[in-house]
Amino acid sequence: MTSARRLPVLIAAVVLLAAVAAGYAGWAARRGPAPDPRAPAVQGGGDGLLDPGRLVFRTTAGRVAAVPLGDTSAAPVDGGPACNRFHTAAGVSVCLVARPGPVPMTDAVILDRSMRELQRVELAGIPNRARMSASGRMASWTVFVTGDSYNEGGFSTWTGILDRRTGFAVTNMEDIPLTLGGRRYFSPDVNYWGVTFAADDNTFYATVSTKGKTYLVKGDYARWEARTLRENAECPSLSPDGTRLVFKKRVSGDPDRPWRLHLLDLATMEETPLAETASVDDQAAWLDARTVMYGKGPDVWSVPADGTGAPALLVRDASSPVVVGRSP
Amino acid sequence: MYISANRTADGTRPRSRTSWAVPGNVLALGGVSLVTDISSEMVTAVLPLYVTLSLGLSMLQFGALDGLYAGLTALVRLAGGQLADRWQRRKLVAGAGYGLSALSRLGLLAAGASVPLLGAAIAADRAGKGLRTAPRDAMISLSAPPDALGHAFGVHRAMDTFGALLGPLAAFAVLTATAGAYDAVFVVSFCVAVLGVLLLVMYVRDRREPLPPGAAGSGAVSLRAAAGLLRDAPFRHVCAVAAVLGLVTVSDAFVYLLLQKRGGLGPEYFPLLPVGTAAVYLMLAVPAGRLADRLGRVPVFLAGHVALAGAYLLLLGPGWLVPVLVLHGAFYAATDGVLMALAGPVLPERLRASGLALLQTGQAVARMFSSVLFGALWTVWGSEPGLAAMTAGLAACALASWFALRPAVPAHRPDPARRRR
Repeated sequence: MTSARRLPVLIAAVVLLAAVAAGYAGWAARRGPAPDPRAPAVQGGGDGLLDPGRLVFRTTAGRVAAVPLGDTSAAPVDGGPACNRFHTAAGVSVCLVARPGPVPMTDAVILDRSMRELQRVELAGIPNRARMSASGRMASWTVFVTGDSYNEGGFSTWTGILDRRTGFAVTNMEDIPLTLGGRRYFSPDVNYWGVTFAADDNTFYATVSTKGKTYLVKGDYARWEARTLRENAECPSLSPDGTRLVFKKRVSGDPDRPWRLHLLDLATMEETPLAETASVDDQAAWLDARTVMYGKGPDVWSVPADGTGAPALLVRDASSPVVVGRSP
Repeated sequence: MYISANRTADGTRPRSRTSWAVPGNVLALGGVSLVTDISSEMVTAVLPLYVTLSLGLSMLQFGALDGLYAGLTALVRLAGGQLADRWQRRKLVAGAGYGLSALSRLGLLAAGASVPLLGAAIAADRAGKGLRTAPRDAMISLSAPPDALGHAFGVHRAMDTFGALLGPLAAFAVLTATAGAYDAVFVVSFCVAVLGVLLLVMYVRDRREPLPPGAAGSGAVSLRAAAGLLRDAPFRHVCAVAAVLGLVTVSDAFVYLLLQKRGGLGPEYFPLLPVGTAAVYLMLAVPAGRLADRLGRVPVFLAGHVALAGAYLLLLGPGWLVPVLVLHGAFYAATDGVLMALAGPVLPERLRASGLALLQTGQAVARMFSSVLFGALWTVWGSEPGLAAMTAGLAACALASWFALRPAVPAHRPDPARRRR
């Protein structure tokens, strides 16, 4: 082909490809109410969303909504903020929202009872876990940051803790002095995720991973130190009375169904598999003193926290479930 | 006939070594890489978000998908070099690689939330990348005069990096325009990738050497012949130096992690650190390549490693953000394309793609080991002594490389009479 003939062919090809690209993008944009996890505005009308006796969750469309605890199949109170992960306690909420941009960014936004923004922490990465301590003082979250691991193309987690009393935010708790198996431990590949605070707003539990293993750690926020309690326990969730943890235990090497929810009794350190046999990738939340709830597929399910019973569907098309208590 | 950027009004002026002109074939290959990198970085930028937030897979599943085929690129690269040489059809093999990566975008679209199909699409993209790299670099090295290869590779790498910088912006633009439609990103990325393949087909010329007489079929080019390249002292030295220096090079991820910690950088800026390195690389690739043509490729290649050692020292010391990124980008500018320009002329033309594939794979494997090594040093000694040890190792290896390479590789010193235009 001579250059005189080549140029028209190239121009025709560019026009055709541009038309295909623009046409598809235009169709995708008009496709209708596709779920948009990147909705920029966090703020939403929060009237009555956090009334006591409600089960609050994130809808598949990405907004925070609520149903009465007694009738979880009721039409939800809608119009809450747009969040990818959400948790609330004592009238204070933490909302992780992915921020549009050429690189993945996440904001951790603290909201008041009317869902007005109190504080915003800008982070890199992809939203993963969010928790508020029972008093509403300690907010914690985990984001995934890709390409930050010593295997190129791997990922790591950044877990942050915000003390609302002082306003101080740790954005990556990796530097916390860690005692592993009784010895002070140093490694570049430590990653933390899934923090849960106790009622004293100082003791916390979390997961640490290093060298391909995960451990349950118990941390002391004021002294800023942590030690491992046992191996193979992820995303702990402390019971309201502080005596038990429900966590994800790795039970299979298959990355498609690796985990099973277990209960750990902190007094005896005995663990019990829960009746949910499907793999759950979530930090469970307590529905009441005896039951936990968690995201499974597109829905929220519940199961007794003592290994008995059977899983039951709680709310369809929902995630990030949290109960608003009777007394704040 | 191919477009030639160094044609002047009379079309006859012989190219001078200090000319800014670049052979049309190199520009065409640079254009292909620019467009292809826009396409592939569009996908890379959105894939973690798409897989975890839109499809709802766990990060563990994404990690498994992403890490599964890390070794595939290295193996396919050796095969790509071998096939390109065996058939003496570098353009065909490179084109197959570009085409496979383009098709992988449609695979992502079709895969939906199916983990095996997503894995297959990612594997096809990686295989395509592995397949095309060595034949492409061989074509560049055969498209420019030996004394202007540094400039040619500099131009190619600058165009390639520019595409990589544009990709995430393009993906963001598509997501914004479509209110978060990831499938639209894949379709646009596919169209851009097809344009890359078309540019290759229409504008890139492969130099077709007749296979040596008497060497019937695949006899002349074989795995044995490719491995036999290492018996040749200059090439063996270049490979050894690249591998040894790769072994004491701290991976980018660690550099950014240390920079973020040392520089007290807000975590929201963390993802922008690689952008800083790439921007410096983009600006310095051409000047570094030209400098390599004038002063010799060995000094510039080793100076790049000295710049990297400087970046490590700054990380150990004050942790200044901009100087570290400038030195880190200068390291890439002075080493990546320059290494190809250094190795190209010491390889026979009929085995050039195999040889470059061998060199690139050796360097990539060495860097994988360096990550393990640095991880171990960090665990035993902590991050700063670990980095200090790597810096000392880098300085020692760069010095040793100087003595290993100086006698082995012809310097391509410029003719003093032609040094100035």
